[in-house]
Amino acid sequence: MRQEDEIVRRQRDRARIMALLLGAFVVLLFFITIAKTGMNW
Amino acid sequence: MPAIEMTNPAALPADWRDILALTKPRVMSLVVFTALCGLLAAPAMPPFVLGFTAILCIALAAGACGALNQWYEADLDGKMRRTAKRPLPAGRMDRQSALHFGVGLGGFSIVLMGLATNWLAATLLAASILFYVLIYTVWLKPRTPQNIVIGGAAGAFPPLIGWVAATGEVSTLSLLLFVIIFLWTPPHFWALSLFVRSDYAAAGIPMLPVVKGFAVTRRQIFLYSLPMAAAAIAPWPLGLAGLTYGICAIVLNFVFLVLAARVLANGATDADQMEPEKHLFAYSVFYLFALFTVLVVDRWVA
Repeated sequence: MRQEDEIVRRQRDRARIMALLLGAFVVLLFFITIAKTGMNW
Repeated sequence: MPAIEMTNPAALPADWRDILALTKPRVMSLVVFTALCGLLAAPAMPPFVLGFTAILCIALAAGACGALNQWYEADLDGKMRRTAKRPLPAGRMDRQSALHFGVGLGGFSIVLMGLATNWLAATLLAASILFYVLIYTVWLKPRTPQNIVIGGAAGAFPPLIGWVAATGEVSTLSLLLFVIIFLWTPPHFWALSLFVRSDYAAAGIPMLPVVKGFAVTRRQIFLYSLPMAAAAIAPWPLGLAGLTYGICAIVLNFVFLVLAARVLANGATDADQMEPEKHLFAYSVFYLFALFTVLVVDRWVA
């Protein structure tokens, strides 16, 4: 495996994980807002 | 896996596994556990998502501390067998990335804690990060054999922060949880430092066995175990915990003191003959998990 291939692989892995974390953060913020505003479902 | 033709591994973007390793996940597990116990032992229970976020913030802050610690100690880590394979000394990651990651993660955890729970918890979280990085890692650790004693305060913050995140205030039991971990840290780390003394000596870190020798360290382990046991049992006579906790705390601390006494009686200087020290180190981890678990169980059952 060449260094360029390894760079692309690592960038792709990191981008995927970052996307997952950002998605999780958005969901978490949503539920924090619900909890803080005291809304009951 | 095929070999990679690399001229400079640190020039590559860091692998996510190395970024994760930077946060010291094993240390984080103990931090998360004690914080969770602090939160669960508190008299007020926040909504699940806020409790979850508080624990998440404490875990992220612990990860930030791990990253900043490894950033600062990269050269020292390279000199010790136990730490030489970490991402920075092994050259798999550059130092600046570790610094940016640690600062970013720490700042993020503080702001999120403040927004989700309360700003007293966020302030304590900020204080714990600054204490660990500046007071312990930068100032005390390379300068004094008492580094573990005062530095232990950094590891004692999580249950206090968990409690404050739930209640918004500091109370007697939360302070006792802080004191228990504060007094538990020296015997725990000194037991370890006895049988990895050569590593610390090679790195020039003035751990107690390196500076004062084996006998003094063993005596200090036993002496610190006594107030630790008193603090651990105290919630029961003070009426802050029930009989279940009291009995379990007495048994757990009795075993701890017996093992500490065995360490005191051991005269070995060779790591291979330090079974009592290894037993005490292993037991000290179990001890903390068990004591805090019993506290929560006692609180919820009573």
